[in-house]
Amino acid sequence: MTSLQSNDFELFGLRQQFAQDRAVIDARWKDLQREAHPDKFAAQGAAAQRVAMQWSVRINEAYQRLKDPLRRAAYLCELHGVPVNAQDNTAMPAEFLMQQMEWREALEEAQDVAALDGLNDEVTRSRRALLQRCEQLLDGAQDYAGAVAQVRALMFIERFAHDIEACYENMESKLG
Amino acid sequence: MALLQISEPGLAPDPHQRRIAVGIDLGTTHSLVAAVRHGVAECLPDAQGRVILPSVVRYLPDGGRQIGFDALAQQIHDPGNTIASVKRLMGRALADVSHASKLPYALVEAPGMVRVRTIAGDKTPVEVSAEILATLRYRAEDTFNDDLYGAVITVPAYFDDAQRQATKDAAQLAGLNVLRLINEPTAAAIAYGLDNASEGIYAVYDLGGGTFDISILRLSKGVFEVIATGGDSALGGDDYDRALAEWLLAEAGLTAETPEDQARLMAEARAAKEALSGEEIVTAEVELSSGALDLSLNRDQFEACTAALTARTMSAVRKVLRDAKLTVDEVQGVVMVGGSTRMPVIRRTVGEFFGREPLINLNPDEVVALGAAIQANQLAGNNPGGDLLLLDVIPLSLGIETMGGLVERIVPRNQTIPTAMAQDFTTYKDGQTALALHVVQGERDLVADCRSLARFELRGIPPMAAGAARIRVTFTIDADGLLHVGAREQTSGVEASIAVKPSYGLGDEQIAKMLQESFATAQDDMRARALVEARVEAERMLMATRSALAADGDLLHEAERSAIDGLMSALEATRAQDDAAAIDAATEALAKGTEAFAAQRMNRGIQQALAGKNIETV
Repeated sequence: MTSLQSNDFELFGLRQQFAQDRAVIDARWKDLQREAHPDKFAAQGAAAQRVAMQWSVRINEAYQRLKDPLRRAAYLCELHGVPVNAQDNTAMPAEFLMQQMEWREALEEAQDVAALDGLNDEVTRSRRALLQRCEQLLDGAQDYAGAVAQVRALMFIERFAHDIEACYENMESKLG
Repeated sequence: MALLQISEPGLAPDPHQRRIAVGIDLGTTHSLVAAVRHGVAECLPDAQGRVILPSVVRYLPDGGRQIGFDALAQQIHDPGNTIASVKRLMGRALADVSHASKLPYALVEAPGMVRVRTIAGDKTPVEVSAEILATLRYRAEDTFNDDLYGAVITVPAYFDDAQRQATKDAAQLAGLNVLRLINEPTAAAIAYGLDNASEGIYAVYDLGGGTFDISILRLSKGVFEVIATGGDSALGGDDYDRALAEWLLAEAGLTAETPEDQARLMAEARAAKEALSGEEIVTAEVELSSGALDLSLNRDQFEACTAALTARTMSAVRKVLRDAKLTVDEVQGVVMVGGSTRMPVIRRTVGEFFGREPLINLNPDEVVALGAAIQANQLAGNNPGGDLLLLDVIPLSLGIETMGGLVERIVPRNQTIPTAMAQDFTTYKDGQTALALHVVQGERDLVADCRSLARFELRGIPPMAAGAARIRVTFTIDADGLLHVGAREQTSGVEASIAVKPSYGLGDEQIAKMLQESFATAQDDMRARALVEARVEAERMLMATRSALAADGDLLHEAERSAIDGLMSALEATRAQDDAAAIDAATEALAKGTEAFAAQRMNRGIQQALAGKNIETV
């Protein structure tokens, strides 16, 4: 039986693996919230509210982690005893860092939306390839240490994708 | 199905057990109260048959007050004591109020929240709002000839924590039991979605008197999931009036020199704006002390002098779509809410942007109150079979100040609530034993550009080398969207926590005292009413406990069981007597004594429900 201590996959009744169907995760989330949301117990006093809130918070936490492929991959590594420790371990292959620098330069030089679109496509493709590699390592080879390296690379890419997003916003606000 | 329902699922509670629960739309310009009656949500009218209550309070020299239409009628005669649009002052300091100099009443700086100077003394926006809420509460009580069980109060989705907390305090001050604060666009979506059996992705464009919200929701099988929300909590119809008033003055080469001038001019600008929703050309006439203003203006001129405001709403619309990671064509419908969406320019601009006609089949003034009433009815337990579920989000990121005046974001905006998120921090000096925490809300990177919510200190950290302490700061946001912050040093277990309350000096005790003073009815009346209320509450508590024991008594050890039995007999004995305070105390004792049991039952119930789900679907 699930408890507040169950892991995200157990709580959502999902197979503990990287490959997931987003539509199933979304549907499970709503099913679970239907049972546990504090609104279901609004007429039943403070103690009931507190317990419902704990469950509801826990379900939302699991949902945030499960629905995001990057966070899901990191979580699987952690469940298998290989934490990502992104802050402590920033060593990346030189080749990857070179590419990051090239991208940063391209972003600084991007003058228009078309240039941003081109860069954005490249980043999206690279992200997709890394996620596929993650799936092979996690669900196929069960090489969690290997997957951690991919997760760290994905985190760099994620941050860069945010910066692209900010650039789009800047351009848009300048256009008025 | 709720787990701990007193009655059987599917059966409506017996009419005498029905709890009267209302939805209240506390608006900038006007407010409404609605309730579900005979299965249908409807706005409750006053004795004259009017559902709208102008959100205007006038303070009189003798301590009396006029509220609503009576106050509105006196606005141009007594502008200094007639408070309109007080919602824009909720949870704000004087420095936050950009239009202070253009208000016909005087604002006073005060710790935490601005106050309004009136002939009856300085009033907090919380007190002024409480007058409006209390008026609606009396209206509902008169309608049902019964006490209210509770209310759902709506707030703009873009309200920050201080504004939400101030609204909740105002409701408490008005003697209302707040079942939930819900966001106005979400409430509108409930009323709209349930009415039209809609499924899919909808945008709610809500331009009220003083606030603007844009929310993107996914509607499916009774679940209202907010994907992203945005807006501006200081942009609304008032600003259109003000822009038009300034334009009129400039065209006529006149100035508004006195508060009376300002009140008259604003009233005329508002009337002209409203008339222009139907007519192409109108005349604005107003006597000012600097001369008579008499101008004709057409719709194009009005739209031109307010174009910057409309553009601001559309820039928020584009931002929220980006946050939701959706494109315009994925949106299946746009719901228009708020009186300001009657302006043709708004309907046209929104329609052109989304490439479809906005939906206007529900009254934009009433739709928020109706949605709140539907939610209130369900929260009160009157609709056990109901499958309405709101999954809302926080509108603004929450974080804490780190070195150099930068913000470390802990909860990003558009996170589904309730939620809890934690982040670890450390000390930066050797032997540091205290850590000051400054909680802020907003999207900017500098603390100075965000709203400061609270400051507190974690003390008693054992002396360690710099960087050795591990301080976990946890932000918990409840289902009302209100924030609680806790900090804990992980190695020593030292803790500090704070419920983030704006520091405008209204403690719970003060609220209780003000409640007695300002809303006291005749003493005998109060006593009789208190006794009835106490007995009803006692009966409810006893019934709930009996049914809980019957269902899950096996969770209890013998000693626990006999303690609860003792508290029940004590309550039964007290209930037979006429002492309301003693009955309340005995009810409270039973509630406290069964808290742990209630928590165990909840855990069992939720676990069973979730397990049931897993078996069904795996």
